[in-house]
Formats: sequence, C-alpha cells, structure tokens
Amino acid sequence: MNSSLHLWLIPVIPFAGFVLNGLLGRKLPKALVTAIALVATLIPFAQVADIWFRLNGISLPYIEHAGTWIQTGAFRAGFDLQLDHLSMVMLLVVTGVGFVIHVFSVGYMGHEEGYWRYFAYLNLFMFFMLTLVLAENFLLMFVGWEGVGLASYLLIGFYYLRTSAANAGKKAFVVNRIGDFGFLIALFLLIWHFGTLDFSTIFAQVAQHPEWQGGFLTAIALFLLLGATGKSAQIPLYVWLPDAMEGPTPVSALIHAATMVTAGVYMIARTHVIFNRSPLALTVVAIIGVATAFFAATMGIVQTDIKRVLAYSTVSQLGYMFLACGVASYASGIFHLVTHAFFKGLLFLAAGSVIHALNGEQDMRVMGGLWKKMPITFWTMTSAVFAISGIPPFAGFFSKDEILYQTFLSPGGKLLWFVGLVTAGLTSFYMFRLWYMTFFGETRYKGASLAEHGAAVHASSTSKLVLEAEPEGHGHGGIHESPWVMTLPLIVLGILSLIGGWLGIPEAMGGHNAIGHFLDPLLGSGREGSSQLALTLAAVSTLTAGLGWFFAHLLYFAKPELPEVLTGKIRGVYALVAHKYWVDEIYGALIVTPLLIVSKYLLQGLLDTGVIGGATYGGAYAAQGFGAIVQRVQSGNIRSYAGWLALGAAVLLIVTYFGFTAHFGLR
Amino acid sequence: MVPISYYLILAAILFCIGVAAFLIKRNIISVFMSIELMLNAVNLTFVAFAHQWHQVSGQIFVFFVMVVAAAEAAVGLAIIIAIFRARNTLNVDQVDLMKL
Amino acid sequence: MHLVLFIIFGGLCVAGALNLLFQRHPINAALSLIVVMSSLAVLYLLLGAEFLAAAQVIVYSGAIMVLFTFVIMLLNAGSEERTHGSKAAYAIGIPGAAALFAALAYIFLSNSKSLSTAKLGDYIVTTSDLSRVLFRDLLLPFEVTSVLILVAILGAVALARREH
Repeated sequence: MNSSLHLWLIPVIPFAGFVLNGLLGRKLPKALVTAIALVATLIPFAQVADIWFRLNGISLPYIEHAGTWIQTGAFRAGFDLQLDHLSMVMLLVVTGVGFVIHVFSVGYMGHEEGYWRYFAYLNLFMFFMLTLVLAENFLLMFVGWEGVGLASYLLIGFYYLRTSAANAGKKAFVVNRIGDFGFLIALFLLIWHFGTLDFSTIFAQVAQHPEWQGGFLTAIALFLLLGATGKSAQIPLYVWLPDAMEGPTPVSALIHAATMVTAGVYMIARTHVIFNRSPLALTVVAIIGVATAFFAATMGIVQTDIKRVLAYSTVSQLGYMFLACGVASYASGIFHLVTHAFFKGLLFLAAGSVIHALNGEQDMRVMGGLWKKMPITFWTMTSAVFAISGIPPFAGFFSKDEILYQTFLSPGGKLLWFVGLVTAGLTSFYMFRLWYMTFFGETRYKGASLAEHGAAVHASSTSKLVLEAEPEGHGHGGIHESPWVMTLPLIVLGILSLIGGWLGIPEAMGGHNAIGHFLDPLLGSGREGSSQLALTLAAVSTLTAGLGWFFAHLLYFAKPELPEVLTGKIRGVYALVAHKYWVDEIYGALIVTPLLIVSKYLLQGLLDTGVIGGATYGGAYAAQGFGAIVQRVQSGNIRSYAGWLALGAAVLLIVTYFGFTAHFGLR
Repeated sequence: MVPISYYLILAAILFCIGVAAFLIKRNIISVFMSIELMLNAVNLTFVAFAHQWHQVSGQIFVFFVMVVAAAEAAVGLAIIIAIFRARNTLNVDQVDLMKL
Repeated sequence: MHLVLFIIFGGLCVAGALNLLFQRHPINAALSLIVVMSSLAVLYLLLGAEFLAAAQVIVYSGAIMVLFTFVIMLLNAGSEERTHGSKAAYAIGIPGAAALFAALAYIFLSNSKSLSTAKLGDYIVTTSDLSRVLFRDLLLPFEVTSVLILVAILGAVALARREH
C-alpha cells in the first residue's frame, strides 16, 4: 500500500561512510574525510525527518523485508526492518543527536592524527545503532547490540598508545560480553519456546495466551535484563562506563550518554510484552534501576574529574529509565531517554569544549572563573545543568517528574519513589557543584605556566599523544571560546534541553503529553492519578532540586572552605565513596584474579602447553626418534644392504609361495 | 634317471652359496664374482625347467641372460677400475660415502 | 650313468662354490668360479642343451672369467683384509640366506612328484632349433641385444678411461 520507505538505506549509508573513510581515509584530504562523515550522517537524518513528516500517511507498524539471512528447517531469520512509534522516536534521537555530535567532532578532533579513523569508527557506530533500533527480530537486534559494543571498544581505545585507554576499551568490551551472554541465553530460550525470533510473531503469540504468566517468560525477561544491565551500565555491570571516559569526549557524548547506553532501555521497552507478564522481572528491573541511580549519584558527589562526574551521572539517569520500565511505565522511560540524550549529550559536549579550551585539563579543581571567558559554553551548559537537575521548565523536569509520578502510583512504589526523590536531590547537588567549580570562583587554571604545565597536561591529556612543551594553537591570549563548529551544536542542544521536555507536559499542568500519546498504541498508557497528586509531587521534586542547588551554592560558592571541614568529619565514609566503594577491587579479587589464575595455570599451563603442546611435540619427537632409528639402515655399507636384501628376498618368497599362491589356489 | 628336482636343489644350493659369498666377501671383485655365481645358478634352473616341459623358451632365456651377464660384467669391472682409481682400495667397507 | 655324471659334476660345482666362499685371495676365487662354470656346462649337456653348454664355456669361462682375471691382475688385488664393516650382514644376511635356501628346498621337494625325471637324450635342443626360434620369432630382441652389447662396450671404455 505504501511506497517503499527504503528503511535499509538508513543504516547502510553510514556503513558506506565507514567503508570509505576506513579504507581510504588515511590518504584523503581532511576536508573530504569530513564531508564523507557528515554526509553519511546527514542523509539518514534527512530521510528520518522526511518519514516523520509523512508519518500520518504510513500505516504502522511498517515492516520491510530486506532479505533472508538464515533459513533452516522451520526457523527463519531475515534482515527485517520495522518502523513503528518506538523506533521512530529512537531514530530521530539517534540520527539527530548523532549528526550534531559529528559536527562538534569536526572541531574537537581537528588536530588529531587519527581523524579519519575516528570518523570511520563513528560512522560504524551509527550503522550498528541504527540496525539495532530498526531490527524487527531479536537476531538482527543482537547484531546491532554486539556491533555497538565493538564500536564502543574501538572508540574508547582510540588513543591506543595509552595503556589506560586500551585497558578501558578491553574492560568495556569484556563487561558488555557478560551481559551479552545473558542476552544470548534469552535468545536460545526464545527459539526454544517460540521457534522464531521475530518480534511480531512472538508478541502476537504471547498476547494470544493470557494464561502465560511468569515461568519461562520470567526466565527470558531476567536474561534479557542481564544483557541490558551490561549495555546500559546498571548494577552489577556498570563498572565499564566510568573507565570509558578515556575515549574522546564526543564519543562519551554520543555513545555513553545519548545512544548506546540507552539500547538496554530501548530493548526492555521493545520487549515490554514479555516483561509485563512477569511481575518478578519488573520488580527486579525497578529495584536495580533505583539502586543504581542512588548508588551512582553518591559516587558522583566526590569525583574531581569533570567527565567522571558526568559518567556517574549517566549511570544514575539510566537507573531512572530502568525504574520507569520497572513500574511498567515504558513511555515515560523513553521520554526520559529522549530528554537525557539532549541534556547529557550537551553536558559532555560542553565539558569537551572546556577541556579543549584548557588544553586537555579535566580536573575541576584547577578550573574556575570560565563563565566570562567562554560565554556560549557557559550558557548552554547552564541550560543542561538546569535540565538534569529537574528544574522547570527545562526538559529534565518533565521527564524525571513523570517517572517519579508513575513510580509513586505503582503498587509498592512509595519507597522507590522516595529513593528516587533523594537521588534527584543528589543529582542536583553534584551537577551544581560541577557548575560552580568549573565556571565560577577565581581562575585556578594557570595559563602563564603553560610551559611546564603544558608538558604535564599533555601527558595526561586526552587530545594529544605527543609530549609537547608548547601547546599548539592556544598559546596566544590564554583561554577563549571554542570555534563556531563546536559551539553551534552546543546551542542546538541547549535549546532542545530547554524545550525538549515540552513534548511531554502532562495534562495536569495543562499540556497534551504529546510523546506519551504518541507512544500509547505501542507501549500502553501509564497509570492515572489525580492531577492534584501530580502537582503536589511535582512541587516536591522541584523543592528537592532547589535544596540540592542550595547546598551546592553553600559549599562551592559561598563558603568554599567548608567541604574540607565536612570531609574531615566523615573521613571513613568519604574514603569509601571516593574509592567507588572498592567495587572494582572486589570484582578484581573475586572474579578477575581467579579467572586469570585458572587461565594461566590450568588452561595455558596444563591444557595448552601440556596436553596440546605435549601431543604435538610428542608426535614430532616420536617421528624424529623413529626417523633416527630408521636412518641407521642407510649406512652406505654395501654388505649391510646385501644382508637386508637377502632377508627381504626370503620373506618375499615365503609370503608369495605360502600366502599368495595358496590364496589363489595355485597350489 | 635323475629327477629334475635334484637339479633344482643343486641350483638352490649354488644360489644360496652365492648370497652368502656376497655377504661375507670384502673384496669388490669377489663380490662381483658371487653375483656371477648367482646368475649361473638361475641359468641352471631355467635349463632344468626347459627340459622338464620340453619348451625351448627356457633355453632362450638362458641365452639372453648370458648376453646381459656379459655386458654387465664388462661395465661392472670398468666401474670397479674407476672406484679403485678414485679410492685406491678394493675393500667394500671403505666405499661407504653414500650415507646419511 | 646319468646319475653318476650328475653327482660328479654337481659335486664339483658345489665344491667350487664353497671354495669361492672360503678363499681369501680373489684370484683363487676366480679360478674356482671357472671350475663351477665348466661343470655347469657339463650339466647343461646332460639336460640336452648343446648350444648353451658350448656358449657357457666360450662366453662365461672363456671370456667373462678371463676378464675378471685380467682385472685382478691389473689392480693388483691382494688378500682380503679383515675389516669388520657391517654387523647387519652377518646378523641378518646369513639367516636370510639360510631361510632362502630352506624355502627353496622345501618348495622343490614338496613339488617333486609333479616334476618328472630327466633322461639322457630325452629332449635335445639342437643349435638349429634354437636359432630357428631366435631368428624367426625373436628377431627383434636378438638385434636389440647387439645394441646392448655395443652400449656396454662404450660404457666400459668411457668408465675405465684414465682422466687426463
């Protein structure tokens, strides 16, 4: 009925960009590399926007079969892409925010030697993420799922000459792999029970059997959840995300804030039909979500690296999205996903702008006083800080508030609501702390002593691998605003951080909740409560956010000597939080070290060297030894040859006469 | 009235003595002579069987064996002369360069 | 009569062969071999092979063994030295030869009933019979052997030439 939308083009064009830049980028001029990368991202965005404007003329869900992948027996998996309300929203976010961040990267990574490599990987990431979002079956989604993990590894370890970056990339990939293991088990269970991996078939079957509650559906849901915790950095698999800050800052913005980490939330929303049948799984999701949110927020309070604060903030905000899904209010989770993409992306990009201006400095303790020197960065970041803290009318307020409202209404949700509320206060506190430390106060960054500071900065910088005593390009005139190619994306996202929430203004405040209604046909509507309750809760959240701001103002602007006094009083607790609750060390001791020991001594020592090596070398030695023995026959001595000849002749005669002729009856 | 088998056994005895001589002798020329002995034993076998079955082809065979033996003796002795010139010895045990 | 002749000349053959085996000087071995060959010629006569008996004496005793003797004299071969070259020859070879003889003897003896007895004058092949076969049915192999002899001559001359 419809003309073909050519959905397959959406992921394929970035892939073409990856191939071109990957194969030829090293030799191409920088302008051409930039053009390829930007065009490869702009075209999908244009296509998605076009579809969006034509959306009323398309019957959803629209499924496109781009070919069969596996066909064995009764099982078929195809390259099937689908467009429905959920994937429409995700497509807009991924392509839109993706394009904006690509533009920012042109400025941020302009001086890098691996410029072409960076954009190739970034386009590769876009390809996989779009595949993930457009997939109509679990298998194709898994392809995208794994692929974004790969792209993340490549980009985290972009500065591959740095050991810490390489290790961070490895850690991200390995931890993700653990989650993917859960995802795989879920896939096997799905094939076992349903015989197919197509979304439409599975969900239809589940819908037809209302008696299927819990049981194997709980198992599937829990394993899917394991995969989601890996990808979306929730407890227990969140440990890779803070380390992932080793990658370039735009990567952190795109992958570890706006898109890849939200894949887990998207997946849960996509499979909500299964989750709805398992109250146990939903409870687990909610608890993990809110616990992670609180836990990460406490760690964010004490971090001194600006990107680390934002990393823990991402983990915390993802916890909110999980909480939303856990109380079966998937639409609000997706709404928060969208606003989070705006303001977290902006936060990272603005941080990148600051880092770029300070020649790679990331420690907030040596920042300060930048609001006059970098106005655009300052105002856009302010927009994002207000948004994430949940201050109306900025974006985050509406989405976070919706989640908390739905949590409050859900059975047994009041405790979860309370923890979420406290976390919101903590969020506001540490974001304003970041705001004050970075932009206000006296300028602690000493530009004059850049000569020796520059060398140290560059050794720890994220933007140069070569030690230089002279920082290039910024030695003149001290700190200044970033070029327009970097500030324009900031402005775009800044505006979205302000108005993005207006998509979902609830009716209680006089809005239409456009995004909620848009996602209704797919995800079902949330719970309804009285508008009085809604307004009360909204007021409470705003108050909490304001409290967070107040304390941040007190500790980091008005009385900056106060934090040291306070930490002195709670030294033990402070040490615990500052060391991230020793989680990395615990994982290392409990899991990593035993695995390494087993690998080294058992698998490598015993099996590899001993058994396999032994068999191989043993075979070689045996052949050698046997050969050495047989070799002695060839002595060069004619008489010994004659001896063997005589023996052989006798044997031949006997065998022929007594064996051969008898066999053929010639005797 | 001699049974043919007597001739055959005589030939077998000669052949095996030839093999033993081949193994024991240390002079190249003696070894070569033992080869000739073996060939003669085989000739006797052929002639005996030719008489046994009244076929002339046994004797034809002997004829050709003789021819080839003659040719072989000529060439073989030439080789022995060449070896003697190169190694200055006629001892079989000292001509053992073709070894590993 | 036949049997007596057979025993005498057969015994001579074996004696000559054993002498070949046990003599240390090659010239003695060569002379014993001449005895063997001549006795074999008589045995051929007993078996009715006239031409072959003559050829045996002329070619083998008269040419080949003379050639051997010439070479022994040319190379001034002396008595054999007592060198121990190979254990395999004694350890494996002698049992091998013995096994060979045992097998052959067994085969011939166990089949002796299917073999007839040789009578003097029972089957005599005249030279003309032989030549009829050679020059009519086997003409080509006959001519090829002459080429073979030519090649052998050339080879012998080339191999034994003194290098300058």
